Amino acid sequence: MSGKKIAIIDYKLGNLFSVRQACVYLGYDAVVTSEKDEVMKADFAILPGVGAFGDAMNNLEKLDLISPIKDYIRAGRPFMGVCLGLQLLFTESDEFGSHKGLNLIEGTVKKFPPKKTNDEVLKVPQIEWNNIWERADRRWESTPLGSCRSGDYMYFVHSFFVQPQSPDVVLSVTTYGETTYCSSVLQGNLFACQFHPEKSGHHGVGIYKNWLTNYSNNK
Amino acid sequence: MENVRVIARMDIKGPNLVKGIHLEGLRVLGKPEDFARYYYENGADELFYQDVVASLYERNSLHDIVSRTAKDSFIPLTVGGGIRSIDDIREVLRAGADKVCINTAAIRNPEFIRDAANKFGSSTIVVAIEAIRQPDGKYMAFVDNGREHTGVEVISWARRVEELGAGEIVITSVDREGTGKGYDIALTRSIARAVGVPVIAHGGPGKKEHFTDVLLEGKADAIAVASMIHYDLIAQQQSDMENRSEGNVSFLKSGRSSFGEIAPAGLIAIKQYLKESNIPCRN
Repeated sequence: MSGKKIAIIDYKLGNLFSVRQACVYLGYDAVVTSEKDEVMKADFAILPGVGAFGDAMNNLEKLDLISPIKDYIRAGRPFMGVCLGLQLLFTESDEFGSHKGLNLIEGTVKKFPPKKTNDEVLKVPQIEWNNIWERADRRWESTPLGSCRSGDYMYFVHSFFVQPQSPDVVLSVTTYGETTYCSSVLQGNLFACQFHPEKSGHHGVGIYKNWLTNYSNNK
Repeated sequence: MENVRVIARMDIKGPNLVKGIHLEGLRVLGKPEDFARYYYENGADELFYQDVVASLYERNSLHDIVSRTAKDSFIPLTVGGGIRSIDDIREVLRAGADKVCINTAAIRNPEFIRDAANKFGSSTIVVAIEAIRQPDGKYMAFVDNGREHTGVEVISWARRVEELGAGEIVITSVDREGTGKGYDIALTRSIARAVGVPVIAHGGPGKKEHFTDVLLEGKADAIAVASMIHYDLIAQQQSDMENRSEGNVSFLKSGRSSFGEIAPAGLIAIKQYLKESNIPCRN
């Protein structure tokens, strides 16, 4: 046990078991919680989730978690978003009408176009292992992706993808059909990925490990 | 072409991994969690547990096996068999599954798919369609491992299932299941073309060429493999035992000659073959 505590934020959407399992496997004390006090006193916070953007924001609001999450992040403390938990950090989403997000990263969330130019149907959601690529001007060294190699496969399940306004926050890119999109972001203390590291084998669990130990060592 | 997934499919009866032909005539192969662990370590993209007797006897017995597997296998795990209610889904997810697979309950009450997708998200809900080819060439859906006729035609059912919110469809050819004669290409293609969600082909592969057939001609997005990889692992265990020449191996040895039309192949070899055939997949 590291003695450090991780809060996995439960806003009643999706299955949080596997995220917790990855943290426990790495020797951390991880609690699944909807209580803002528990989130605020944790050493690390993770916002996971699968499901609809609008429902997620409604639930976060009902559970009175929006300001605590923003306060936590603005205080510069380590925060990780996974899948829908990445998308929620953005300004707004097109998912079934327009919805406002947490607006911690400037940008929008868009749906994959269902057709390719050769008129073949692109299956949506994307449910597959796909590559994450390093950008020439944004190296992974000493980031949570530090133990990955450009082109490593990660497990993705999603219909929507994020478009950050600033290219500086883009940590990796991925291509599905004809769309090359941002598959992870790093903005200060905020790390978030579209893929599921907890479902991406040893490489994926290694991302949690890097994220947790980088911060532990820096403190 | 997008990346395809290779899914290790494990049929379970009580505490055992089993394999049958046409989903019948079950043979015990070993402990499911041992096979799952090996497949996780050797390139499986996903694990798929199906309790093959659950809906017959209306029970859920998989939870312990699921928990033991989810503890140290960090790839997606789908669990099916006897899932009839929102509570059943919640319990299986709590045990550690990432997705659930529904067949019988979906046919009996299609609205169950909608409720489940609303509650847990489409990406958690996989619908299985067990198809049997009829003399007139149509494919009809069956339930309870191909035992019970439903009167539902599979292509219209697949479209309906997508509308109701299923995130993926597993299409099983009961005619081919366990035979080694290859996937039913026409069936898979008709479903894959009819829907916009990913389609997993299941039932029939006996050699590696069958994978390229169902992916290239059948347009499947993923392939489920059972007998070929199970027999490969068993053959490997046999040769390990023979090399050590200790213990009673006559039981395992007796199984060796009965693989029938199925040529054992491991996941690593299968993926190597896909790569050589220019079909993209995870290394």
